[in-house]
Amino acid sequence: MPSQEIIIEVSNVSTSFGQHKVHDNVSLEVKRAEIFALIGGSGSGKSTLLREMMLLHRPDSGKIKVHGVDLTNITEAQGQSLRQHWGVMFQHGGLFGSLTIQENVGLPLREHTDLPDSLINELAEWKLSMVGLQSGVYGQYPSELSGGMLKRASLARALALDPDLLFLDEPTSGLDPISAGEIDTLILKLRDMFGLTILMVTHDLDTLWQVSDRVAVLANTKVEALGSMLELSVSKVESVRQFFDGKRGRSAYAQEQKISELHI
Amino acid sequence: MKLMPMNAAAFSMNALPNLAFSGAWVTSKLFDMAEKIHGMPRIAELNIIADGSEIEALDMSGAWVMHSVLNRLSTQGKTITYKGFKPEFAERLEIVAHEFNRHANASRDIKITPPSWLEQIGITATKALKEAKDLLSFVGEVSLMIVASIINPSRIRWRPILYNIREAGFNAIPIVGVLAFLLGVVVAYQSADQLRNYGANIFVVDLIGISMLREFAPLIAAVIIAGRSGSAYAAQIGTMSVTEEIDAMRVLGIVPMEMLVLPKLIGMVISLPLLTVWADMLGIFGGMLTAKTQLDVSFVDFIGRLVKAVEMTTYTVGLGKAFVFAIIITMIGCFQGFRTHGGADSVGRQTTRSVVQSIFLVIVADALFSVLFSILKI
Ligand SMILES: Nc1ncnc2c1ncn2[C@@H]1O[C@H](COP(=O)(O)OP(=O)(O)OP(=O)(O)O)[C@@H](O)[C@H]1O
Ligand SMILES: [Mg+2]
Repeated sequence: MPSQEIIIEVSNVSTSFGQHKVHDNVSLEVKRAEIFALIGGSGSGKSTLLREMMLLHRPDSGKIKVHGVDLTNITEAQGQSLRQHWGVMFQHGGLFGSLTIQENVGLPLREHTDLPDSLINELAEWKLSMVGLQSGVYGQYPSELSGGMLKRASLARALALDPDLLFLDEPTSGLDPISAGEIDTLILKLRDMFGLTILMVTHDLDTLWQVSDRVAVLANTKVEALGSMLELSVSKVESVRQFFDGKRGRSAYAQEQKISELHI
Repeated sequence: MKLMPMNAAAFSMNALPNLAFSGAWVTSKLFDMAEKIHGMPRIAELNIIADGSEIEALDMSGAWVMHSVLNRLSTQGKTITYKGFKPEFAERLEIVAHEFNRHANASRDIKITPPSWLEQIGITATKALKEAKDLLSFVGEVSLMIVASIINPSRIRWRPILYNIREAGFNAIPIVGVLAFLLGVVVAYQSADQLRNYGANIFVVDLIGISMLREFAPLIAAVIIAGRSGSAYAAQIGTMSVTEEIDAMRVLGIVPMEMLVLPKLIGMVISLPLLTVWADMLGIFGGMLTAKTQLDVSFVDFIGRLVKAVEMTTYTVGLGKAFVFAIIITMIGCFQGFRTHGGADSVGRQTTRSVVQSIFLVIVADALFSVLFSILKI
């Protein structure tokens, strides 16, 4: 389904925090309507790379292009227009504590469009029901919700402006398997129906098998492997093997095998 | 592709029964579409042909709004046939139609009516009473804690106590000193004229000595510390309870009161009286300078008179007050901190409350002391 048009282009990006080198000449490309996953151990710099792609952090060297716009010397106006084309779901939600869930989702629409309040509320409610939240919680504040509900609400806010590029930092972590499955389905539906490009960080093997088109493995400051899950599962690279050969990796792989056998 | 300019979303009913959609039906291009839909004229045709051949783009919100145009027509009993929609656009419209109906059928939330003014008074009153009760039980809990640590002194945490003495006491020395000095200058200055008229210049010493030691020094020190440290206590404990650190302490078997409140209380009970002594000195020094320049009372005369005019009890009454103020400020700061629930804005709210309440209670306590002392004739 992905087309050949390149939406995100990361070339030779290096980042360090003080003495601590996080990325060393990292390069990758994400195509339109692709579901691209970043994986890697804790602290391998996935969130940092994501932050660099969404103008929250500047790499020390290298170039990142989003929608063909070079982020290195971008003007404020260009930045603003780019920001309206992407939606972000943060690892820890990032919802505003002083606003209700519904106001949180409506906020980007209030800021960036002239739509009337009634329509904004309608759209916000729809987005919230789309991510599987019951109408009882729309009026509640983030501090009153469970971790999983916060994830969903955060995803709904990311979808508020109908972005064509979606950044998801650990969308299914902290969710029960059924909710995680629902989020997987939603991600696939968004891509298939609305042609969204999705870049996500995840450790969830099920999500990776179910939805990702291509996966990049970040380890030892580099992209150590890049390809579909099937390609990676036969890779010989050490850091990739660690990922698949763990007990959980094997069981997810076995399940995947069974499912594909059933389909044949 | 998306960054290329797009035309605004529009629909035209000029060539009925053709209803022609055009432009980009995306969130950023909808503009005042809602009003246009609202102002749609009633039409006679029964069969409408929706023409989607000119649509440049269609996103979720766009599809939602487009569906509300079509929905308006179909509720008027029109039959709609679709023409020229790209397959993916048609599919999106279909999804939205499904959602739209579900949304419309969903039971609407019960309207919440704001409470009447009478109810409002009741709510506020019960809240205030509940808060007072909570404060009382908080004080009780802390008292038990104090008794427990007197019985078992090894549980007292000395390091945080010293830290608190430095933060709340030592670091506040400059600001308390400057303000007490200025207060002394102002009080002496204001009384200088009157005293000179009566030739009672030397009585400026009585005035400064008693007012400073008894009232102003403890009060100015307490107000500064309430703003400086009381707020910091509320903010620290509040942030910790928002980030579940307090819960983590409880789970780890650490009593938050013992860890967070007791060292602050002991530190403050030591610091504030000492700061008051400092404020006494600087306030009287300020008065002394003014007395010399305005009233020709020399330093030697001033000190000589001060020893005679001011009794020891005046001084100890001031220190006693400072001791009570220290307890009030710490208790309110910590109490409001522990009452923080929710997010970041709640921390701000509780911090403000802590400052307002502790200054309020300090002044109320001061007034009560005056009444009490006049009855006891101290
Ligand atoms: N603002 C910062 N200052 C200093 N070091 C930082 C900062 N942000 C991140 N780091 C460091 O960079 C490294 C990568 O962090 P990052 O958050 O990108 O990891 P991650 O791959 O997202 O890990 P996780 O899977 O645990 O979320 C870590 O070692 C972290 O300590
Ligand atoms: Mg991370």
